[in-house]
Amino acid sequence: MSTLIEVTNLQKSYWRNNIEIPVLNKLNLGVESGEFLALMGPSGSGKTTLLNLIAGIDRPTEGKITIDGSDIAKMSESNLAKWRSANIGFIFQFYNLIPVLTAYENVELPLLLTKLKKDERKKHVETALTIVGLGDRMHHSPKQLSGGQEQRVAIARAIVTDPLILVADEPTGDLDKNSATEILNLMEKLNKEYKKTIVMVTHDPHAAERAGRILHLEKGELVKETV
Amino acid sequence: MKILKIMFKNSMRHKLRTSLTILGISVAVIAFIVMRSIVSAWDVGVEAAAADRVIVRNSVSFIFPIPYAYKDKLEKIDGVKRVTWANWFGGVYKEKENFFGRLAVDHNTFLDVYPEFLITPDEKKMFMDDIQSCIIGEATANQFNIKKGDIVTLQGDIYPGNWDFKVAAVYKPRDKITDATGMYFRWDYLNERLEKESPDRANDAGWYVLQVNDPKQIAAISQKVDNYFKNSAAATKTESERAFNQGFISSSSAILTAMNVVSFVIIGIIMLVLGNTMIMSARERTREYSVLKTLGFSGKHLTGLILGESLLISLIGGTVGLLLGEMVVTGLGQVVPKTIFPLLEVTTLNIILAMVAALLTGFIASIFPIHKAVNTKIVDGFRFVG
Ligand SMILES: Nc1ncnc2c1ncn2[C@@H]1O[C@H](COP(=O)(O)OP(=O)(O)OP(=O)(O)O)[C@@H](O)[C@H]1O
Ligand SMILES: [Mg+2]
Repeated sequence: MSTLIEVTNLQKSYWRNNIEIPVLNKLNLGVESGEFLALMGPSGSGKTTLLNLIAGIDRPTEGKITIDGSDIAKMSESNLAKWRSANIGFIFQFYNLIPVLTAYENVELPLLLTKLKKDERKKHVETALTIVGLGDRMHHSPKQLSGGQEQRVAIARAIVTDPLILVADEPTGDLDKNSATEILNLMEKLNKEYKKTIVMVTHDPHAAERAGRILHLEKGELVKETV
Repeated sequence: MKILKIMFKNSMRHKLRTSLTILGISVAVIAFIVMRSIVSAWDVGVEAAAADRVIVRNSVSFIFPIPYAYKDKLEKIDGVKRVTWANWFGGVYKEKENFFGRLAVDHNTFLDVYPEFLITPDEKKMFMDDIQSCIIGEATANQFNIKKGDIVTLQGDIYPGNWDFKVAAVYKPRDKITDATGMYFRWDYLNERLEKESPDRANDAGWYVLQVNDPKQIAAISQKVDNYFKNSAAATKTESERAFNQGFISSSSAILTAMNVVSFVIIGIIMLVLGNTMIMSARERTREYSVLKTLGFSGKHLTGLILGESLLISLIGGTVGLLLGEMVVTGLGQVVPKTIFPLLEVTTLNIILAMVAALLTGFIASIFPIHKAVNTKIVDGFRFVG
């Protein structure tokens, strides 16, 4: 396996009222292609921050993030946006579906930025929704779906562009045990069958168990690695 | 699905809020259109008066006559091209409520001084030949089904008795601002009868109308006329027809100015109403905008979404307001006498103004939300708690 994500000397600070809040400190990390990695750690340790940086929705203060050979910290805002839509699928704790759009339309969203024609988009959307087991709920609105179903729509939206990497920030954090298990099964399937590289932040040890490797973050530093 | 669809769905998210905003814009546009139309109608009224006509009336009051003998003297004043005169007849046509102006006029000069009343040469000949003839405006003729050749009988009140007139012509107005309701008959007919029936009332003119060679001379001529008759039996008050026509509303020109100002203040208010709605919506959608940006949507897309929604709302509000405003103005035009506002209508200029105002409002109302949505960092948007 080759290294897909390479993080070198990564530093990230936020500023509030001119006071620097250091969040990540000289962090180094490599993720192999096809890996399922879990990030654990106490609240405020910088897990979300690290994930956002890898996913290219935030910028590092210092250091380098190379993904599949390109240094994303150096990309312009618009190039980064294009890169994200092609390479990264996002799964959030609170699903973040657009409430006025149906499941189908939510999943179709990322495809609107591609050159795909309507019927091609339809094929992709239906495939994605079928993979997550919602082939029969396509035209429901988020309000008509359970939390677990909403998260599955969100996963379908994340995979519809067939990205290299899935990033998930506490994907089961808001779900009951059964729904959580379903979502984790699905993510495992995406990793094993569809060869997606997954980086998942979680508080839940059961969730972390599904990953091939668990990294522990504390005060912005990697402190422990469990395989 | 297209971005456009998201825009439509967004605008329908809070149906009540959107409806109220549209209603607010409509009401504002109605007020705008009505006020602007009144202001415009007033301007038209001023322009409608012929620039070359001067009214000479009794200085005491409009209801007191001026001797016929003044005519020769008026004709001799420098700069006066023609002199005509008229008497308000009043009277009743069939029913008391059938109102239209009835005036005795000098048939020799009237049509020259008032070229806006159009009749054919044949009709004019008949008016000249038959002392009992009259001409009637198209609007009144249509209303009472009066035709050329008919006999119209008026019951006199100011001038008692039954008065029969033969319709020599139904005149057409030269333009939309010309009054097409009047009835004009020959002054010599009135005077002849008065000489027989009540001689002390004969040989009086209600007022004179002077046609001048050069409108710039009106002030000087008016001054000359009034000075000339200052110590005569009837002192005169002379002013341009414009000033005379608009005399009673010229005192309300301050109100018109205020209306003009208010009509534009209203636009400011719509902006606030719509701006408030757009800011509220954008605030609620902070997270969603972060999601869209995460998925790769650009600032342009968000701009399109927000601007589009704002323009959509303002356009619907503007159109509804315009349609209703047009109805209100048309209704007003039917109740307000033509002598006050000869042409009360929604002008193209005012339609354009209202639509431009509505669109501008939509545009301006979206600036702040767009700025906010585009410039909020993705991660801050996700951390935002509405
Ligand atoms: N956009 C931001 N602006 C300012 N401070 C931030 C921002 N994002 C994160 N922080 C701060 O950085 C630190 C790490 O936050 P982060 O969200 O990465 O923690 P986390 O490990 O994901 O915690 P949790 O388990 O509670 O989600 C916190 O102190 C947080 O307040
Ligand atoms: Mg977090």
